[in-house]
Amino acid sequence: MNIIEAQDINFYYGDFHALKNVSLNVAKNSVTAFIGPSGCGKSTFLRLLNRMNDLIPDTKLTGKCLINQEDIYAKKADVDALRKKVGMVFQKPNPFPKSIFENVAYGLRVNGIKGKDFIQNRVEESLKGAALWEEVKDKLGRSAYDLSGGQQQRLCIARALAIKPDILLMDEPASALDPISTSKIEDLIYTLKTEYTIVIVTHNMQQAARVSDTTGFFMLGELIEFSDTKKMFLNPDKEQTQNYITGRFG
Amino acid sequence: MDKRTSQKIAFWIFRLLGWFVVGVLLWILGFIVYNGIGVISFEFIFSKPTGVGMLKGGIFPAIIGTFCLIIGSMIVAFPLGVMSAIYTNEYVRDGKFSKFIRMMTNNLGSIPSIVFGLFGMALFVSLWGRSIIAGAFTLGLLALPLVIRTTEEALRTVPDSLRIGSYALGATKLQTIRRVVLPSAFPNIVTGLILSIGRVSGETAPILFTVAAYFLAELPSSIFDQAMALPYHLYVMSTSGKNLVAGREVAYGTALVLITIVLMINFTASFIRRHFAKKHGGH
Repeated sequence: MNIIEAQDINFYYGDFHALKNVSLNVAKNSVTAFIGPSGCGKSTFLRLLNRMNDLIPDTKLTGKCLINQEDIYAKKADVDALRKKVGMVFQKPNPFPKSIFENVAYGLRVNGIKGKDFIQNRVEESLKGAALWEEVKDKLGRSAYDLSGGQQQRLCIARALAIKPDILLMDEPASALDPISTSKIEDLIYTLKTEYTIVIVTHNMQQAARVSDTTGFFMLGELIEFSDTKKMFLNPDKEQTQNYITGRFG
Repeated sequence: MDKRTSQKIAFWIFRLLGWFVVGVLLWILGFIVYNGIGVISFEFIFSKPTGVGMLKGGIFPAIIGTFCLIIGSMIVAFPLGVMSAIYTNEYVRDGKFSKFIRMMTNNLGSIPSIVFGLFGMALFVSLWGRSIIAGAFTLGLLALPLVIRTTEEALRTVPDSLRIGSYALGATKLQTIRRVVLPSAFPNIVTGLILSIGRVSGETAPILFTVAAYFLAELPSSIFDQAMALPYHLYVMSTSGKNLVAGREVAYGTALVLITIVLMINFTASFIRRHFAKKHGGH
């Protein structure tokens, strides 16, 4: 079943045509990676899935984007509710200046959940889900800023998991991290896909090859190729894809 | 002259200028303390002025009046200033309207304080008569641009990544402001508020026409009464007595008390600020 269906999406920053007729489907409980050179539109596409682009002034979107069969850009669509269903992890870890516990509980609190035991259990569950529990279980009251960069990023993943989204968007989640932290995040992506649909943007083609089931290659705002990751890396249909993944142009 | 020598000379100039600033401050403080400490006593702080030209007794009513004005003007300026800063920085950040508000705020900040006094007299005094509330509103308006500007700067130090992270979890704008932006900016907002307290507590011109009394036999009993105030008392004692030399001593004592109050407020505030910075996990 397709959880995301994008149809003929065009996106503009002012006059700049950032996405050109992009259509694609994402299957439930899969990992989809978007690759492509800087400025190709892959992050723009990711951010339109939880309407983060709404925060940028002077942008325009045409086309249709369905998540769980609902048009997320319909007039009546509830943006806050959408963002609950579609969680996001950013390039740079951005924990709140609060305790580790409160960071994870934040999404629950802003969504009106009050039960103390419930929140406690969910925080523990989420930290376990993000493979951070063992490292922080004795210092949940400490500031999130006391954690290392890699731990902070897993905290941000835990924070996103706490509100049980259907989809988890990751915008180059490991690009600011060292190799060990990166491999931890990649392992995590692998385990998370049993419960979540993951869409990840990455600069790192090996990473895309390692973690994803499906890969999309963007260039100059166009989705050049979108197919099974193995096929994409071993036997791409398009020459541009071949050139990019073999490093013939950057 | 080689690079290293010119660097050395430049740094020495910077260092000397830095010390010069500290020196001027210490000089002023030392001067006030040296001249004022002689008249400071329990009686000076806690009793009413008496005698011809208020040369005897103390300055208790002026201290109380100044505290009332500080608190009153903060009640006027803080909510208004903080809320309008939130509006311009969080809601309409780059719009034409926010630019207009910002421009008007800056203009408001450059109006001479005596003009505020006149305005306060025309508006608030005709509403409530010469009273603490009229003075508090006038001083509050004077502090407003400073409160707005420092609050805006405090809000601007909160990185956008935190706001975006909050929206991404389904938080509304208001929730984001209340739970993420304000707590992060709080220590810096407090600092701005303190700066404005310092500004307000020393102003003379705005209270001249609106609240300050030359001498009152009784302490004010409500916000609709007039009050004495330290800066005005200082002005009176150093300019309009019959015995200016004797008056000068009381003036120095008054100045010392005023400076001490301001410094105490500053220290309390930086203590609060540090406490909150720790509690909220800032760096």
